[in-house]
Amino acid sequence: MSTPAIQIIELHKYFGDLEVLKGIDFQIDRGEVVCIVGPSGSGKSTLLRCVNLLEEPTSGQVLIDGIDITDPSVDIDQMRTRIGMVFQQFNLFPHLTVLGNLTIAQIKVLKRSKEEAETVAMDMLERVGVADKAHEYPIRCSGGQQQRVAIARSLCMGPEMMLFDEPTSALDPELVGEVLDVMRSLARDGMTMMVVTHEMGFAKDVADRVVFMDDGVIVEEGPPSEVLVNPRTDRARRFLRMVAEK
Amino acid sequence: MATRKRRVGPWSLGTVVAWLITIFVVAMLAIVADWERIGHHFFNLEVAEAMLPQLLTVAARNTVIYTIASFCIGFVLALMLALMRLSSFGPARAFALAYIELFRGLPALVTLILLAFGIPIAFSLRIPGGSMGAAVTGLSIVAGAYMAETIRGGIEAVPRGQMEAARSLGMSHGRTMFSIILPQAFRIMIPPLTNEFVLLIKDTSLFYVVGSTPATRELVKFARDFMSDRRNATPLTVIAVVYLLITLPLTYLVRRLEARVGKGR
Ligand SMILES: Nc1ncnc2c1ncn2[C@@H]1O[C@H](COP(=O)(O)OP(=O)(O)OP(=O)(O)O)[C@@H](O)[C@H]1O
Ligand SMILES: [Mg+2]
Repeated sequence: MSTPAIQIIELHKYFGDLEVLKGIDFQIDRGEVVCIVGPSGSGKSTLLRCVNLLEEPTSGQVLIDGIDITDPSVDIDQMRTRIGMVFQQFNLFPHLTVLGNLTIAQIKVLKRSKEEAETVAMDMLERVGVADKAHEYPIRCSGGQQQRVAIARSLCMGPEMMLFDEPTSALDPELVGEVLDVMRSLARDGMTMMVVTHEMGFAKDVADRVVFMDDGVIVEEGPPSEVLVNPRTDRARRFLRMVAEK
Repeated sequence: MATRKRRVGPWSLGTVVAWLITIFVVAMLAIVADWERIGHHFFNLEVAEAMLPQLLTVAARNTVIYTIASFCIGFVLALMLALMRLSSFGPARAFALAYIELFRGLPALVTLILLAFGIPIAFSLRIPGGSMGAAVTGLSIVAGAYMAETIRGGIEAVPRGQMEAARSLGMSHGRTMFSIILPQAFRIMIPPLTNEFVLLIKDTSLFYVVGSTPATRELVKFARDFMSDRRNATPLTVIAVVYLLITLPLTYLVRRLEARVGKGR
């Protein structure tokens, strides 16, 4: 057995007195695609953000490729280059062009030359299908294009795994497909992915495993054909019925 | 209804009374005022002409130099203070807060006198650049306190997601600040900083009290010296025009910039 890409051990997270994650244990193997579903406020985003330490866990361990990143002696900036993250609100840098968005971290963190960084950037833009926008500012791109640029920006760092926090929730319905397509192709290429999503269709198609969270704990996990079709728990059933009605 | 109708016409009772009072006051002024004296003392072309060479090559030039120097030093101070205000290190936050409250709470004149006279008397220590060096230092200290809050506001106006996105790409906190947050914050800050610059132009007039040589005089001191020499008040009119020539375009620019920032957001 090789070391899992992501392993979470006995993870607790408090915001003040509020316990948001109440002991999470789970792991994601290399190349696996795991979708996290669950009601609003159940702690999905917090869990995802603990994986790259955007949130500091209160207790417990997060192992990335066997390295415990909660250990203060670990160089977290270096670790983060290995973990891509895509946000609901895209979070592109508005003062930089699309190309600038994709090259800045390559130049400043990976110390690549400008030419090298731009070559990588153009490759990635090609891959997500927005190469024609390279010299535009993000504001001139549609939401779907912006999110694809954000994915490309992460890919430029050569990550071994990608975290997605509701990547299509801020998009107009007609733009959701183009982003999901990019994510599908990433999954096909063997990227390790942890995806918080309300897109049940995507989860059914693409996920190797679905994790259902509620109230800070993992209630149920398994293949999508079980968790999303025949859930064992009442809580999961109720949630799925609610989502289906929307 | 009836009462409303009375107010509609341009010649309502109130308007008529206001006009009558205005005309009366202007007429009295015109009769009472000694126009010849006013013209001689405030609009004396001969005096104005005599001022001209030094006005531009010394006084206005010095005012601009002092303003720019205070602004630049103040800005660097302000940037450090703003970052300290936002730091997670408690003592740094406390120091910055104390500094900002202290120097915004005191009249700038007190700080200037402290630097120019207080410290030299107490420690027989002279700030480099003579009394003008001390004055520029004092004004920079005050400007730093004001601009720190502007810069902090600008930084806080940048959405949190920007920091998170940059950090998740592996950029350090400091790197993110300088490459991602500050460039966006400065855009927001340009109008208030320009405003601060205008205030500084006027505040250099406080240098009047710290004592300058003929070569280091700024506009107010220069005008005051000229008034004593000529026993004439025209220098005041002249420097008023110079101040307005500098400040009005800048104030206008601020308004334009504010409109643009407002639209862009
Ligand atoms: N920075 C924070 N400070 C305080 N409370 C927070 C913070 N971030 C999240 N929370 C709280 O933690 C709980 C879980 O939030 P989280 O964002 O992880 O939920 P979620 O499952 O992602 O929900 P959603 O589907 O709405 O995104 C919520 O009650 C939220 O109010
Ligand atoms: Mg969330």
